[in-house]
Amino acid sequence: MRRFLLPLAIFIVLAGFLAVGLRLNPREVPSPLVGKPVPAFRLAQLHAADKTISPEDMRGKVWLLNVWASWCVSCRQEHPVLIDLNRQNRIAIVGLNYKDERGAAIAWLNEHGGDPYVVSAADLDGRVGIDFGVYGVPETFLIDKQGVIRYKHIGPVTAEALKTKILPMAEELSRG
Amino acid sequence: MAEPVLGMSGRLGAIARFLLFLLALAFVPQQLLAAEGGLAQPVGDPAVEARVNRLAEDLRCLTCMGQSIADSQSSFSSDMKREMRTMIAAGKSDKEIMDFMVQRYGDFVLYRPPVKSTTWLLWGGPFLLLILGLAFLVAKLRRRAAQEAPQLSEAEHRQAVDLLGQNEGKGT
Amino acid sequence: MIPELGQFSLILALGIALVQGIVPIVGGVRGDLRLMGIARPAAAAQFLVMCLAYACLTAAFIRDDFSVMYVAQNSNSMLPAFYKVTAVWGGHEGSMLLWVFILSIWTVAVAAFSQRLPLQTVANALGVMGLITVGFVLFLLITSNPFERLLPAAADGRDLNPLLQDPGMAIHPPLLYMGYVGFAVAFAFAVSALISGRLDAAWARWSRPWTTVAWMFLTLGIAIGSWWAYYELGWGGWWFWDPVENASFMPWLIGTALIHSLAVTEKRGGFKNWTVLLAIMAFSLSLLGTFLVRSGVLTSVHAFATDPRRGVFVLGFLVLVVGASLLLYAWRAPSVGLGGKFEMFSRETFLLVNNVLLVVAAAAVLLGTLYPLFLDALGLGKVSVGPPYFEAVFFPLMAPLIVLIGLGPFARWKQARFIDFWPRLRWAVGVSIALAVALPLFLGRWAPVLAFGVLLGVWAIASSATQLMEHLLHGGGGSQAIPARLASVPLAKWGMLLAHIGIGIFILGVAVVKSYETASEVKMSPGERATAGGYDFQLVDFQEVRGPNYMAVRATVNVSRNGTPVTVMHPEKRMYLVQKMPMTEAAIDTSIFRDLYVSLGEPVDDSSWIVRVQHKPLVVWIWIGCLLMALGGVLAASDRRYRIRSRENSADVRAAVAA
Repeated sequence: MRRFLLPLAIFIVLAGFLAVGLRLNPREVPSPLVGKPVPAFRLAQLHAADKTISPEDMRGKVWLLNVWASWCVSCRQEHPVLIDLNRQNRIAIVGLNYKDERGAAIAWLNEHGGDPYVVSAADLDGRVGIDFGVYGVPETFLIDKQGVIRYKHIGPVTAEALKTKILPMAEELSRG
Repeated sequence: MAEPVLGMSGRLGAIARFLLFLLALAFVPQQLLAAEGGLAQPVGDPAVEARVNRLAEDLRCLTCMGQSIADSQSSFSSDMKREMRTMIAAGKSDKEIMDFMVQRYGDFVLYRPPVKSTTWLLWGGPFLLLILGLAFLVAKLRRRAAQEAPQLSEAEHRQAVDLLGQNEGKGT
Repeated sequence: MIPELGQFSLILALGIALVQGIVPIVGGVRGDLRLMGIARPAAAAQFLVMCLAYACLTAAFIRDDFSVMYVAQNSNSMLPAFYKVTAVWGGHEGSMLLWVFILSIWTVAVAAFSQRLPLQTVANALGVMGLITVGFVLFLLITSNPFERLLPAAADGRDLNPLLQDPGMAIHPPLLYMGYVGFAVAFAFAVSALISGRLDAAWARWSRPWTTVAWMFLTLGIAIGSWWAYYELGWGGWWFWDPVENASFMPWLIGTALIHSLAVTEKRGGFKNWTVLLAIMAFSLSLLGTFLVRSGVLTSVHAFATDPRRGVFVLGFLVLVVGASLLLYAWRAPSVGLGGKFEMFSRETFLLVNNVLLVVAAAAVLLGTLYPLFLDALGLGKVSVGPPYFEAVFFPLMAPLIVLIGLGPFARWKQARFIDFWPRLRWAVGVSIALAVALPLFLGRWAPVLAFGVLLGVWAIASSATQLMEHLLHGGGGSQAIPARLASVPLAKWGMLLAHIGIGIFILGVAVVKSYETASEVKMSPGERATAGGYDFQLVDFQEVRGPNYMAVRATVNVSRNGTPVTVMHPEKRMYLVQKMPMTEAAIDTSIFRDLYVSLGEPVDDSSWIVRVQHKPLVVWIWIGCLLMALGGVLAASDRRYRIRSRENSADVRAAVAA
């Protein structure tokens, strides 16, 4: 008799999973780089092509790496948030200008309210971006004093995300 | 593959390239361009391309809605294929190339799910279900065979034969 | 005015559905003839009202009424008239309206063609369909109203997605929905039998033609979807194991199991519980499919714009409908009798194994489709399950099934004998093995996977041909004339033979195309050549072309083989003006033995494009096989015994009553 309840039982378990599934985002890809050392690179700077920048230069500091481009529509959304963050002087933001063209990138910064970045690295062919597992710009990484990636934010950085996740984590890492 | 035009990738780039080509069509006479009937250049070395496509079929395009890197025309896919060509030229093995992808993008990028503890149920499930299903079937049939069929009385049996005789030839 | 009329019709439909859903079932429980008698008129009224609602939405499209939000989102004044009509089901709200409209069509069909069924059965079945209608109309009215106004009205619409501006894509959803919704009939009959406690062979006989027709529509819908993807998406693929494709494939697999199981229940009274469970499962998977496609739970190219509210509603509805029916099943199933006895080695057992294989296959597809969700929900990380998994798992499950296709019809009911198989199937076995060895060698390269595929495909065809030969040689009740012998084969048998042959042709197509297709991806300028599969493709020129709502680059490609011209092909790359969406229109030259497939990729510079040329042997057999399967379904459902005159039955009933 009880075995006739088996189909119902299986169905209820399935429905449970589907219900949980409604609250998940199937397109969000968690980064396998969280907890790993930041990928090494040495790129020319965006504004000064004769100078270079590397994650080594940021050792001893907690910092954000923000992947952006002038052709990226969503970057316009987060740009004011970054400008604001930079003005507060709480954390250094390094830009990774991804698959872009120097002139267009610099012009874009000027058009959209300034440069929130301590420095921007020019990743013209996107090779460094691939090492970071970038697939959809903008993306932002939080990196600690030892050069380990602690958090990845996919999509435009919002004031909300800064307040609830990124800044508290950054705070904790600075204390440590 | 096509480079980003004016720094625009993805759909904007595709539209831009299309329009530029249309513009060129309007101004450049095609007779000037016609070659002597020569063989078109394949995109890269065919053996390498075949290997890239084979690997790309097992990789997911992360900016698309459910396509493999082999099938997709997105800039992400072009970049990945370019990386794979570089790695093949550097003599990397298939495993090393796949590991490269997984290190950066996680298991999500593999269309062939890796066999690990969290995917045993996935890979083993269908086979397990088949065994269970067949075992259940055999058990059920055995149980059924052990039960006696209801017996008809002599009169009922004769009546059944009569009815069947009447119905013969009326189709299956 | 008209949209408001449409909305009002929907509200009216809700009311009628409530009456149709509750009153007849209550009447059945109470034995009240008057209450049960409401079922048929209610179904008819339902149909009329839904006609009105659907007509109103269609009118809004034809009249370019951009004050209706849905019309503004899915149409445009430049859209060709034909597509204005098909755009009605181009988005979520309209396609749901189509769903409910088709449900009302099936409902009124059941009401009309069930004159010889007991009233309680009809009342219960129509009642169940009424309740399902209630759920969907509520879904429409609360979360997905196609008549919602957009004020101020848009100046022009956003245009129909260019991918949908195509005849194949236009017909695909209606066919698919006819299938999905058609399984509601088998479901309704099953639940009706569970409610009344009367599960007998007669129930199976009534359900069978309805189920077969629904299955036939689903087969066609899936086949057209696959064919459309092949010629429209531009790279020659025809099945991607995409979650939405899987969502249609699972009910098809269970539906196939169901039509075979119904055969046993009808003929031998066996498997009653199992068949009822399959009927519930088939429709549940249709509902699950609706959920998966519209809730945002899975990513897919096909998914509609998502809204969690809709997901919650459909899930709730799914839980209610499936939960209630499975509960009913658990309650009634223990008291159902066993039916005819049969030995371990019998046709019944063959069909049961068929069922196990199909159900496990469907479960495997479900597992693969939902596994990423399972892991994510449990916080165990994210994985992707794509074609490599499904192919690795699905084909091994299907192989034994195809073997059974050949053996099953030769097995006797109740007790099969070895002697029924060997001498009769000798020829089929021989031909299968011979062709499996010869064909790969003939095509130029030995491939074990191909050989196995050919073996299975030819086996399915040869074993069916053997049965046909037996009828030709020994059938007709002694008559010598061949036409008489052929005519004596019941339509149901023709249906089965045709469907099985269809599967064989399908398998041959898949095996050959997968093993032997060749592709060349080249950068081409005018004058240059490319080769694939022994054919030469020479690019002549590029031209600009203007369509009603698009601009295009059109290439002219001369195709020849060994110097002899074969055809001229015109691949295009279109840019649809309103949505600014580039679309690849591949050029395909089809013949029964091969397709030539040319598509434009991306422009490289001012004078050349990346072009992909492909040679696909036997690819069209894939869809011919599906068409034959569907045709087999039509024949099987038209069998004479389903159309026995009602006066014959009433005579029997009077005689029985008098006795």
